[in-house]
Amino acid sequence: MSDARDTITLAHGGGGRATRSLIEEKILRHFGKPDPKGLQDHAELSPPPRHRIAFTTDSFVVQPLFFPGGDIGKLAINGTVNDLAVSGAIPQVLSCGLILEEGLELSVLEQVIDSMATAATKAQVQIVTGDIKVVEKGAADQLFINTTGIGFLPENRNIASWRAEVGDAVLVSHFLGDHGAAIVDARGELSLQIPVESDCQPLNGLIAQMLAVCTEIHCLRDATRGGVATVLNEFAQDSGVCIHLWEQQIPVREVVQGVCEILGLDPLYLANEGTLIAVVPADQAEVVLSAMRAHPAGQHSCQIGVVSESPKRRVILKTAFGGERVVDVLYGEQLPRIC
Amino acid sequence: MKYIQEFRDPEKAKFLLQGIEHLTQQLNATAEKPIRLMEVCGGHTHTIFKFGLEELLPRGIDLIHGPGCPVCVLPMNRVDDCVSIAEREDVILTTFGDAMRVPGSHKSLLQAKAAGQDIRMVYSPMDALQLARINPERNVVFFGLGFETTMPGTAFTVLQAKAEQIPNFFLFCNHITIIPTLRAILADSDLRLDGFIGPGHVSMIIGTEGYDFIASKHRKPFVVAGFEPLDILQSVWMLLKQFEEQRCEVENQYRRVVPTQGNLAAQEAMDQVFQLREQFEWRGLGSIPESGVEMRQEFADFDAEKVFAVRNVPVVDPAECQCGEVLKGRLKPWQCQVFGKSCTPDNPIGALMVSSEGACAAYYNYGSRWREQAKAETTL
Repeated sequence: MSDARDTITLAHGGGGRATRSLIEEKILRHFGKPDPKGLQDHAELSPPPRHRIAFTTDSFVVQPLFFPGGDIGKLAINGTVNDLAVSGAIPQVLSCGLILEEGLELSVLEQVIDSMATAATKAQVQIVTGDIKVVEKGAADQLFINTTGIGFLPENRNIASWRAEVGDAVLVSHFLGDHGAAIVDARGELSLQIPVESDCQPLNGLIAQMLAVCTEIHCLRDATRGGVATVLNEFAQDSGVCIHLWEQQIPVREVVQGVCEILGLDPLYLANEGTLIAVVPADQAEVVLSAMRAHPAGQHSCQIGVVSESPKRRVILKTAFGGERVVDVLYGEQLPRIC
Repeated sequence: MKYIQEFRDPEKAKFLLQGIEHLTQQLNATAEKPIRLMEVCGGHTHTIFKFGLEELLPRGIDLIHGPGCPVCVLPMNRVDDCVSIAEREDVILTTFGDAMRVPGSHKSLLQAKAAGQDIRMVYSPMDALQLARINPERNVVFFGLGFETTMPGTAFTVLQAKAEQIPNFFLFCNHITIIPTLRAILADSDLRLDGFIGPGHVSMIIGTEGYDFIASKHRKPFVVAGFEPLDILQSVWMLLKQFEEQRCEVENQYRRVVPTQGNLAAQEAMDQVFQLREQFEWRGLGSIPESGVEMRQEFADFDAEKVFAVRNVPVVDPAECQCGEVLKGRLKPWQCQVFGKSCTPDNPIGALMVSSEGACAAYYNYGSRWREQAKAETTL
């Protein structure tokens, strides 16, 4: 049995001394105090001239909390940073909302907070405001995090899902499905013990490098839940074009492909947490790819397809065989097949 | 990837396709008068769609997608019974992933789980047995389904539970068996099939001799096939070759996995635990004699059907559903009156829309172009 003092109790969420000491000792110690004069309920920021404000939010409920290549804390920072970065914005500040289940070990919380602080430093963002709620045992699964982010978006940036044009090149920055496969493995239900880590990483550095060589990036998205297939369907739908993929060019690690073969899953639908899809004019594909490959987050970048005219609003995969099939959006989660 | 990439070699595929093209011409098969081959197994249907094989084959070859998706053919009342077992407070219900989405007449297991029932996805029945060991105060029920492919795993688990005398493990048995099903398809007077691409993994268990009557009595060639795209293409080629040489035999393309006599240890385990039911209900096909198995009397203590007294009241398939016609090759999925309209993978009415291995779901997910074709045909 662990000591009651080492776990979260409802008192930690009561707003009194226990809350204050939890925030000061376990959280601000890692995040740093935004204002040395005292804790306020808000943070202030003002964008530089000729910038708009980009604003996004995301919640994180992953199980298990810790997995190869990351944990819920790192995910909560990178997820929101990436949502800002793919709009072309420069991520600045994040909020951190924590929902803790009564009985959570303080050491687990501290480990997650520490990981958030490290990820924030790496992604060059600050965590400037936050909130903690404690719920009764069973009302949450250990620990949930919400992060909301604000970034500054230069006026001339115009990246959007409806801008894909016929002839454009479709690029991807990393192997597909590493995160999805790592989570399947970390849940331990299969005892596979595969050597694969989540791709969880910030993409703002990579994107800055891409924008430095090409201001005309049409679409950009990190391929999280629903995977690359879902993102490309959104592009095809919103832009009224067809996206043709070349199966042979799609980068999937052998071990991830193996997990997919065993379970009857498709890597195109597996989640990623640090992999982006870019649609760029064909004549700039090479220069963007070189810039991507020069960045650690984009070493494995490659072109996986092109934007074409028809069938409109569809994603078509040309199989290694020369056959074609439609890559549609899934209704729900992929479920392992029976046999 | 070892042992997979070799069976997806585009160059070899080209070579096989040329052979198929050549034979199709020699046999005078055309789009109007095609050679109709049924792939029995849902795994084959999945491969055909995933790799776009249908489009690569000559128009003179028509693939009919058979009833071999065990998730699809599970009747609604069995799911209803499963949900009512799961609704007991003392029960942890376990099953395979894609069984979770099969609709009952009220809800699927996924919906029952959302309503608060303790339903867990497992990868093997042995995982369910392990849950029973570590939760001695709960009753762990495994919802077992599938053809002979998954049946031995269930049988061994029940034998293990008996050997260890685990009192809180139960099987809700919905396993089905392939030969009577093929018999039922062949008995149809309106049969429009020329040959069969036979199930690979079922045959790995039962062997290939059980299919002999299909060639000898019904005069339909039968080739047991593997699940990689080259396996399927080679099997099509082997069937055409039989037509060309006017042979009619059971052949085994999947020799690397399927021995002629099957897996004797698995057969023995199945025989120890299971016996044929007089009748078993199939979604879309109705009741087929001796097509399902139940647990033998010696295992009654592990039989959820007896212990939890499930009701097993038949539920009639919706009248507008034409799955039976599709299964027998009389209709293409998109020719069904509800395909893509009221029946979609999000909200399946018929069996074949349920799992990704079902012919209708495969057409819907991978072949949206057929959806458009269907739309065009109905507006003509």
